[in-house]
Amino acid sequence: MNDPIIWIILFPLFGSIAVALSGAWLRKACHPLAVASMLGSTWAAVETLIQAIASPSHEVSYLLGGWSLQLFPRGVGIEFRADLLGALIALVVTGVGLIVALYSRLPVERDTPGREPVYYALFLLQLCGLSGIALTGDAFNLYVLIEVAALTGYGLIAMGSNRAAAATFNYLILGTIGASFYLLGVGYLYLKTGTLNMIGIREAIEAEGASPSVSTQVAFVLVLLGVMIKMAFFPFHAWLPKAYVHSPTTTSCLLAPLVTKVMIYVMIRMVLTVFGVEFSFEYATWTEFMPWLTVIAIVAAAGMALAQREIKRMLAYLIVAEVGYMTGGIWICNYYGLIGSIFHVVSDACMTLCLFLGAGIILEKCKTTRFDGLRGLFIKMPLTMTGFFIGGFSIIGLPPTCGFFSKWYLITGGMVSQRWEYVITLMLSTMVMVVLFFRLIERMHLAVDESGRNLGDGHGDLGLSKDRKRFDEAPPSMLIPLLIAASVVLLVGIYNQDLVDQIERMLQPFNLPTGVHYR
Amino acid sequence: MSEQAIIEDARPLFALLIPWVGMIGVVWAGEKRANWRELATFSAASAQAAVVLSMVPLILNGAIVEFHVWQIFSYVPLLLRVDGPGLLFACTASILWIATTLYSIGYMRGLHEHAQTRFYAFFALSLSATMGVAFSANLLTIYFFYEMLSVSTFPLVTHMQDKEARSGGRTYLGYLLFTSLCLLLPALSWCYVWLDGGRLTMDFIEDVGKIGHFGETTQIILLFLFTFGFAKAGLMPFHSWLPAAMVAPTPVSALLHAVAVVKVGVFCLYRVYADVFGSEVLSKMSGEEWTMVIASATILISSLIALSQDNLKRRLAFSTIGQLGYVVLGAAIATDRGQAGAVLHVAMHACGKITLFFCAGAIFVATGKKYVSELRGLGRRMPLTMGAFLIGSLSVIGLPPLGGFVSKWYLALGALDRDALWVVIVLLISSLLNVFYLLPVAVTAFFRNSETEEHASFDEAPWACVVPLVVTALGCIGLFFCSDLLLQMVGLLP
Repeated sequence: MNDPIIWIILFPLFGSIAVALSGAWLRKACHPLAVASMLGSTWAAVETLIQAIASPSHEVSYLLGGWSLQLFPRGVGIEFRADLLGALIALVVTGVGLIVALYSRLPVERDTPGREPVYYALFLLQLCGLSGIALTGDAFNLYVLIEVAALTGYGLIAMGSNRAAAATFNYLILGTIGASFYLLGVGYLYLKTGTLNMIGIREAIEAEGASPSVSTQVAFVLVLLGVMIKMAFFPFHAWLPKAYVHSPTTTSCLLAPLVTKVMIYVMIRMVLTVFGVEFSFEYATWTEFMPWLTVIAIVAAAGMALAQREIKRMLAYLIVAEVGYMTGGIWICNYYGLIGSIFHVVSDACMTLCLFLGAGIILEKCKTTRFDGLRGLFIKMPLTMTGFFIGGFSIIGLPPTCGFFSKWYLITGGMVSQRWEYVITLMLSTMVMVVLFFRLIERMHLAVDESGRNLGDGHGDLGLSKDRKRFDEAPPSMLIPLLIAASVVLLVGIYNQDLVDQIERMLQPFNLPTGVHYR
Repeated sequence: MSEQAIIEDARPLFALLIPWVGMIGVVWAGEKRANWRELATFSAASAQAAVVLSMVPLILNGAIVEFHVWQIFSYVPLLLRVDGPGLLFACTASILWIATTLYSIGYMRGLHEHAQTRFYAFFALSLSATMGVAFSANLLTIYFFYEMLSVSTFPLVTHMQDKEARSGGRTYLGYLLFTSLCLLLPALSWCYVWLDGGRLTMDFIEDVGKIGHFGETTQIILLFLFTFGFAKAGLMPFHSWLPAAMVAPTPVSALLHAVAVVKVGVFCLYRVYADVFGSEVLSKMSGEEWTMVIASATILISSLIALSQDNLKRRLAFSTIGQLGYVVLGAAIATDRGQAGAVLHVAMHACGKITLFFCAGAIFVATGKKYVSELRGLGRRMPLTMGAFLIGSLSVIGLPPLGGFVSKWYLALGALDRDALWVVIVLLISSLLNVFYLLPVAVTAFFRNSETEEHASFDEAPWACVVPLVVTALGCIGLFFCSDLLLQMVGLLP
């Protein structure tokens, strides 16, 4: 076990096989096996991050199959390379996977009775794919892992309610188009540079110098387009709300925090490692209009989130808005924006996890997540609601949750680049989030119905029957993961500087513009 | 100021944490053990006041207490610091919390209010945030506690849980969060990013006047973002949240919306004017008079609106907006005596206005009356309450020998120090308006007979309501006589 980096994906990979096999005669073993393999994977991710921090070059490399860099040029075999960014994202993926695995016992029994082995096998494969994306150092291998994650994702979603099949089909079509664009882009890159290794590609592009060839630019646009479809960037977001609303609870808890965020990571990776900062940020025309696209994306998604009357659907559109935040953070093209973007990947994963776990509990206890069925939830489930709204406050960006700090860096970045349209949009969308979450608080807290009519007979009487007012907290197996997630949101906020230190260390070699005049 | 001795001490942190402990006690006791719950609040309030008061001798000796809690960013710490103005504000809030606790017991039980546990729990939280603001040592720290206060008071404002509470809560939070997230936050990041290579703490002692490095236009934009960003100060046009927040139970209106929350707003503005911009930078800026103009306009307009309000609590709310304008005005005058007047006014007005709110609540508990026009003949029925109301009114108007006089006196002196005669005129006119909207209340109660009840008998509110309001009314008189001590504590005068 000298190379924990490979164990990050081997644990879930072997775990999924073990689950599929053992599940055939002992269905009860599926959940513990899944949790155990995620524990192992998380441990490996922590080890990898520690190794990466400790090593002088701040990266951990692993050559699959043991090919030698001395004998062969780069790109002959597949290389797994965890720099600080990759290791961090891998830790986020495995950590979220672990928490969701812990949470999943009851909802999986309910949503997919009798099919637990299949479900958990897909679940683990999904995590295998996602953490692989974070670690691989090979552009084509990245495509393969994207497809692993996507195919298992289709399966996980399709196990949901009746309408899940249609949603899955929608997702499948769009997801495949996205992946094809990406593959096409990688094809161009391979033609142009003759290698698939990320660093090899960048070296070739940097060798082109000040006038990059048209094919490189075409490759860039294709890759970008593919990634944007996969990350549900408005207007390519149509697959996301349907897929997350109709899927089983556990699936939405797993996919919502991870899939879009991992694709943001891919975008950052493409910009930084594959195409290089100089090519991406300086020679190209897209830096001018990308912030405007994110502005449109954020405004549209925030508006659509406002129109929803159901928690999961509202959260799904929130994710689309958050994707706009992070993409904008990349394309305002400076140091602070990228710190904000990377930080927001981490914090958004934590807070969306919090929210979806909470929504899952609400669905479990109330049988509905529609707004009109939420009255009195603060009395019924105070702890669950605390966890849920810690996530909500983080989305709004109230200190000391992690959402405040990532937003801080995003705003800072926007100011440094003087992209005022982006800064103002961040402000306005923050207000939309305030409305979204305090509207929920109102619904749960007040005795007023949708039309503004008073219910009950005053004095805190919510007009509910007695059993709906009783203290009736979620089962511990669901509540504890939610509270863990909520405390992670707070802890990441409190220890934000340690995280930012690592991100800064990772960004320093790229010489990004900071825009700050040092005296 | 640099020769002041700095003492490392955890007491400011204790003052912050005690309400949390109290909150745990409150939640543990719950509705079933109501006496224990009230005891928990009471002991938290007393302990907090004791901790805060124990720092008074240190500050009077010219020292400063500091405690480093946590590093927010590598270059900005969450630093608590107790200096004169902060301590005066903290003393005011924590001592009045004790009075309010006693008062809430009388009020909440007298009205058989629901969800009292939630009420006391969030009350404690807001007091913790208030202490945080009072003891903050830099801009980011103050912003953290400012936001915490906005959110933790929301359940108190919407306590009634009905339609009015919903619209009140929406206005309240809408104004406060809009201004803090959309005006204040950009201003903050702007300062932190661009000043001194983005490695500045914006400390209230070390970095005073660093904003002077910016260009003229930027300075003015920042000044306005800060002035309106701290909307808890109630400056027009962002004042509507305060009348809206009057849907809350009276103890909340009394302590939070006459003392803690609104004073947090003006205190933040005081910090911005005095300790971020600093009087040197302010006096050199060309557009700076506009803050004084806005404050003066707020004072006059809100007083005029108060004249027309029949609902007693709403009238008091508009009066509060006007009085907050005094503090902002004093801070914006940017002379030593003006700022001393501003800080003093925080304490003086707090004591007077909380008395008035206590009286309004006591009247409501005893008679169910909310409107000024219904108060005829009440002076005979509730002589203690209405007597206290008279004293409180006179203090807010600013007549000697009551506390409100001293602060207005220093405000006027401060204005004369920079030859701003028009400010003095504004002060005079608004004092006159204060007379017009406050005195009729007491006059109606004492000198006009009730039409329905001929022989109103003595019938006060529960003793737990009456005792606090009598005490705070006496406090208004006491403050006049110990104003020297307060001035020494503030340390703005030689």
